[in-house]
Amino acid sequence: MAILVGNDTRLLVQGLTGREGSFHGLRNREYGTNLVAGVTPGKGGSDVDGIPIFDTVREATTATGANTSMIFVPPPVAADAILESHDAGIEVIIAITEGIPAMDMARTVTHLRRGQSPALIGPNCPGVISPGKANVGIIPGEICTEGPVGLVSRSGTLTYQIVYELTQEGIGQSTCVGVGGDPIPGSDFIDVLERFEEDALTKLVVLVGEIGGDAEERAAAWVKENMKTPVVAYIAGFTAPPGKRMGHAGAIVSGSQGTAAAKKEALESAGIRVATNPTEVSAIVKELL
Amino acid sequence: MDLFEYQGKELLRKYGVPVPEGRVASTPEEAVAATRKLGGKVVVKAQVLIGGRGKAGGIKVAPSPEAAGEIADEILGMDIRGHIVKRVLVERAGDIADEYYCSFLVDRSERQFLGIMSAEGGVDIEEVAANDPDKITRVHVDPLLGMSQFHARELVFGAGINRDARKEATAILPKLYDAFVSLDASLVEVNPLVLTGEGRVMALDAKVSVDDSAGYRHPVFDELKTVHEVPEQERLAKEKGLNFIKLEGDVGIIGNGAGLVMSTLDVVKDAGGDPANFLDVGGGAGADVLSSALEVITSNDEVNSVLINIFGGITRGDLVAEGIIDALGRLEIKVPIVVRLDGTNAEQGRKMLADAPHEMLVTATTMLEGAAKAVELAGKGGD
Repeated sequence: MAILVGNDTRLLVQGLTGREGSFHGLRNREYGTNLVAGVTPGKGGSDVDGIPIFDTVREATTATGANTSMIFVPPPVAADAILESHDAGIEVIIAITEGIPAMDMARTVTHLRRGQSPALIGPNCPGVISPGKANVGIIPGEICTEGPVGLVSRSGTLTYQIVYELTQEGIGQSTCVGVGGDPIPGSDFIDVLERFEEDALTKLVVLVGEIGGDAEERAAAWVKENMKTPVVAYIAGFTAPPGKRMGHAGAIVSGSQGTAAAKKEALESAGIRVATNPTEVSAIVKELL
Repeated sequence: MDLFEYQGKELLRKYGVPVPEGRVASTPEEAVAATRKLGGKVVVKAQVLIGGRGKAGGIKVAPSPEAAGEIADEILGMDIRGHIVKRVLVERAGDIADEYYCSFLVDRSERQFLGIMSAEGGVDIEEVAANDPDKITRVHVDPLLGMSQFHARELVFGAGINRDARKEATAILPKLYDAFVSLDASLVEVNPLVLTGEGRVMALDAKVSVDDSAGYRHPVFDELKTVHEVPEQERLAKEKGLNFIKLEGDVGIIGNGAGLVMSTLDVVKDAGGDPANFLDVGGGAGADVLSSALEVITSNDEVNSVLINIFGGITRGDLVAEGIIDALGRLEIKVPIVVRLDGTNAEQGRKMLADAPHEMLVTATTMLEGAAKAVELAGKGGD
C-alpha cells in the first residue's frame, strides 16, 4: 500500500515545460513514477523528453488517464491550476509552488473541501514520495528507502534531513508527505494521519512540526483519540526568535502561543515521544519498531 | 507586512470605514502645523509597529498647537520596546462614550475567515480572551460566499454592543471585511472601535497586516514599504531575496528552508553555541544567492564562524558549492566556514568544494558534526 502516491499514480505536471517543472518532473520519472503528461497552455502538441504536452488538464486526462497532478506554475496562476485539476477530476493534487496569496488558497481550499474532494497537498510543499513506488515532488528519491515508517511534515528540507537519518539507520518509509508551511494548507497533519492510520504498510508515523499556529496541538489531540499506530514527533524552533507578530487576533484564535515548548508539551501529554534533534528521531523510531 | 497605524487608517478610509481626521508629522513643527489645520484638541500618537504605546507614553492629548509640538518633540525619537519613533499621527480628539474590539483574520485551523468582536475594547484583548472568553464573539465567514449582513448582526448582537452603536457598527463590519479581502490582508484589527459622544462609531486604531505574496497585484504595497525601516544587515539580505533575522550570538547560520534553519539553530544551541542569525536562502537558491548570503553573514563583526547546512531538494548542491567558492574568491573571509551538504546533486557539490580547497573552508558530513565544529571554531575565534 502506502498513501497518496504509488504504483497506480499516473502523473501529469502543470508547468512541465518550465525550468523547475522539467527538472523535477523528469527526475520523478527517472525515479520510476509513471509520468504521462504535461500541461502548458499554448504549448499543446509539443513534448518534453517524450512526454506529451497538452493545453488544458482536461485534454491531458482524457488522452492519458492521468489521476495525479503536480503543480509547478508561478504563484499568480497556481490557484487556477489547482482548480483546473480538480475540475478535470484529478484525485491527488500536489502543489509545489511557493508564494500563492492566502486569499487565493482560502477560496480554493474551501471549494475543494466541499463534497467529494480530491486530496490537495501543499502548496509551498516538497511533495509526496512512496519509496520504491512513486515520487511526486522535489524530495530527493535517493535518500529514501522502502519500509514501515510514515512521515508527515510542515517543513521541506527538515523532512529530507529526518528521512535521510532514518534511511542511514536502515529504517525505511511507507510514504513521506510534506504538507507545506502556508497559512492555508490543502491538507494538515490530521488529514494525513487519518490516511496513515488506515494504511496497512505504515507501522509507525513520524510527525515533524515547527513553531507557529496550532496544527501540532490539534494533531496531538486527534492522535490521542483516534490513532493506534505509534507516533514520534520532532519540533523545530526552540531557539527561534519570536516572530514579528502584530495584533493579538492570531493568539486568540488558536488559544496557543505557537511556541515549540507548548507544542512539545501538547504532544507529550498525548503520549507522543518528542525527539530533541533530527538524529534522535531515528533512535526513538528504532527503539519503538 | 505589518502596516503603521496611519497607513492602515488611510486604507480603511478608502473602504468607507470612518476614522478620525489626522495628519502624519515627523518633526514637532509639522505637528504644530497639523494641529492648526485640524483645529481644537488633538491626540499625538507614536507610529511604531508594536503594541503598548499608550502605557509607554507614546499617546498623548494636546489642547493646543504649541502643546502638540512639545508632545511631538517628546515622543519623536522615543524608544518603545526597541522601536524608535520616527513619525507621529496627529488626530482630532473627540469624546469617547464606549470602546469595542473587532477584527478579521485568516483562521488557519478552520481554513476560513474569522470575524471577532467584543464589547471590551481598548484593552489587551488577549487578557479578555483568557479571563473572560464569553465576552468575545467569533463568527466564521465562508471565503467563497463572503460576508452577509447576518454575520455582522451576529457579531454585534453576540458581543452585546451598546444599543446606540449597533446600527453603525453593523454597517461598518462589512466594510472592514471588504478591506480585509480586497487588500489581501492577513489581519485587520480595530481596537478600539469607539462610540463617540456625538453617537458616531469610528476606528480609533488600526492594525493591518498584508500578505506579501499578493504584492504582485497591489502596487501600493511597494509604496507602503518605503517607510519601513529595517536594520542595514536585514535590508541588505531582503534586497537579495534572503529571509534573515539577526540574533545575538557568534555562530553565523545559513540554511535552506525555514524548518531546517530553525532546527540548525536548535542544534547549535544544544552544542553549546549561540547562533548569530537566522538565514534561510529559500528553495531553489542559485550560486549568486549563496554567495550573497555569505556576504551578509560575514558583514557582521560578531560572527566567529559560519555553519552552512544545506539539504537540497529544489536547491542543487552543485550551485551551492559554486556560490561558496565564488564568495571565498570574491570576499575577504576571515572566519571559518563549516559546510554540510546533502541531497540533490550534493555529491557533485562536495566534489567541487574538495577541488577548491581554501584555508577557511571546513567540511562536515552530518548536521550534528557541522554544529559541533562551528561551535568549537567560534570559541577559538572568540578567544
